[in-house]
Amino acid sequence: MIKGNFIDNLPRVYGIYTGGFLAFIIIMAIGEQMGMTSKAIGICFVAFTVAIYAIIGYLSRTAQADAYYVAGRQVPTVFNGMATAADWMSGASFVAMAGGIYFKGYGYMALLVGWTGGYVLVASLLAPYLRKFGCYTVPDFIGTRYGGNLARLLAVIVLTVASFTYVTAQINATGTIASVALDIPFQYAVYVGLVSILLCSMLGGMRGVTWTQVAQYIVLIIAYLLPVFWISNKMGAGFFPHFMLADEVARIADLESQFGLGTVKNSAADLATVPKGLAGITKAHSAVNATPWAFISLALAMMMGTASLPHVMMRYFTTPSVKAARKSVGWSLFFIFLLYSSAPMLATLSKLSLIDPNLATGIIGKSISEVQSIDWYQNWNQANLMFVSDFNGNGTLELNEFFMGGKAVVLATPEIAGLPYVISGLVAAGGMAAAMSTADGLILAIANALSHDLYYKIIDPKAETAKRLVVARVLLVVIGFAGATIAAMEIQGILGSVIWAFDFAMSGLFFPLVLGVWWKRANREGAIAGMALGLISGTAYLIWVRNGGSGFLGITQLTFGIFGSAVSLVSMVVVSLITSEPDAATQKMVDEVRVPSGKSILGKQH
Amino acid sequence: MSKQAQHWEKTRGLLMVTLAIWFVFSIGIFLFGAEMESVGGPFGYPLTYWFTCQGSLGIFVILIFWFANRQEKIDEEFGFSEKGDD
Repeated sequence: MIKGNFIDNLPRVYGIYTGGFLAFIIIMAIGEQMGMTSKAIGICFVAFTVAIYAIIGYLSRTAQADAYYVAGRQVPTVFNGMATAADWMSGASFVAMAGGIYFKGYGYMALLVGWTGGYVLVASLLAPYLRKFGCYTVPDFIGTRYGGNLARLLAVIVLTVASFTYVTAQINATGTIASVALDIPFQYAVYVGLVSILLCSMLGGMRGVTWTQVAQYIVLIIAYLLPVFWISNKMGAGFFPHFMLADEVARIADLESQFGLGTVKNSAADLATVPKGLAGITKAHSAVNATPWAFISLALAMMMGTASLPHVMMRYFTTPSVKAARKSVGWSLFFIFLLYSSAPMLATLSKLSLIDPNLATGIIGKSISEVQSIDWYQNWNQANLMFVSDFNGNGTLELNEFFMGGKAVVLATPEIAGLPYVISGLVAAGGMAAAMSTADGLILAIANALSHDLYYKIIDPKAETAKRLVVARVLLVVIGFAGATIAAMEIQGILGSVIWAFDFAMSGLFFPLVLGVWWKRANREGAIAGMALGLISGTAYLIWVRNGGSGFLGITQLTFGIFGSAVSLVSMVVVSLITSEPDAATQKMVDEVRVPSGKSILGKQH
Repeated sequence: MSKQAQHWEKTRGLLMVTLAIWFVFSIGIFLFGAEMESVGGPFGYPLTYWFTCQGSLGIFVILIFWFANRQEKIDEEFGFSEKGDD
């Protein structure tokens, strides 16, 4: 069926794959009509997609260093864009973002701007230059540009802190979905998620992750867009929701004021009966409740964090050329845009489905006992993601008496809106794909930094390729298990950990990376100071605010990276200027990085 | 001035333009979030709402492709573009 080079056949391979996946959805839909239980459908969706990823992971196995670390540098622009989009869009984007908008409205959408605007920085400041450099990992760039093991080690530390914070959240997300879909306890589901993740990356490294991420993107984007379009059409809101939901947004505002949003407050005693982690609607859908600085500082932190997160940056090391790396950033953002521009629409449709009394699905204003007897309410209540209670004792459900977990907005909306269960199974598979693809990228980023930069470059520079790759794989498994163990403890919510990861990354890495290319005078001492002081001061600020510190300039625990990176910038510039300038060889290296043509700085095998 | 220095000067100029546009649509307009909310935007959404969920995001996508093309032109002008295709 497939002749010739794999790379040349990519459009065909993934075309067949997409067709096969759509056929699978149709088969499941037929199965549902013929009486397949919803539980069986959920299991089929998750098991089938994970099995496909595992097969791709197995077929991509490799024993070569450049295939393992950078997928052989032959990933075409558009496919790298898809892989980056999957790498990027995590459980937080897929499962939690629409929920955040649903509960918090406009102020929350700073994340949408922040998580897209960062790509402009990636494209213009960093990606093409790091691609020209020819490094395997981000610390590889820091270590070679500034020289010395200390700079390299600090970069590894920052990378590990940021990525590890991030990855526990993703394993948590895979565990949540696996536990709902497969109906097993969360503590075990976390490890099921982990094994699925490792199957994709263990044998093929970056090559395996690349081709599974493309497959995962296709699943997650279908799983996100199909329900949005379907619900919108079913509700009669418009066949293309993105352009046609203005009336619905306005309608939500009317309903919210009609239901007394903001005027009826729950007492603390009533709220104490609500299960932990669930929230009611307390803020108006389109209210501008954030001050400009709160909005902008969050967006800015996310943008600078985007440009410093190694698992994203390393995707651009896999393109065939510098030119391709630049274009690829554009494609990445395009594919991300498809999902992000839909999240507010999903939040709108979800909210309207629940609260509009003119719709058959609306539950506000119905009697409590009627709501409690609805099938989907019982399911999600059992999963601890939904809760109603008759606080005022009048027998009907009020807006302030309905509580839902953020994750449920995406996962439960198809059921609430009355779509067939097959769509819910699809959404579960999509959420799993989103969380797995990101977790894969992150675990690989950490394991590669430790195996390439710490083990090979610092500890044992004479190690053979085979031994290096064994070390890399052992680290992959160890880091995965460490992440899963911490995820099983459920310390921090998904979204909180993800935002922290951005702040850690920008505190320690943003300026050392950017100035490494754009400021020739930046030297080793400066970079060391910038990374160490940036990370330390950012972390100290976080701890201070977490322990009741008041903070300053409106910088919260979600935006502590703004403080950390400011310290990093100042210390890096000051220390660079008071110490001697980099030697001639380093300056020449920077000159070469700035020109796309010619050989890369580091050789193909290094 | 050497060819390389000229190339870098133009590259830096392009960076400044790109970052200026980025700044306007990621930060600048949101200084006026409250004021813009009462203004109608495309498709009937409130303007701030539209920018946060579609406008700014779409502009970023276009901006990156525009930037990539301009940078390629600069590279070609100085003979620094890479051999071979992408």
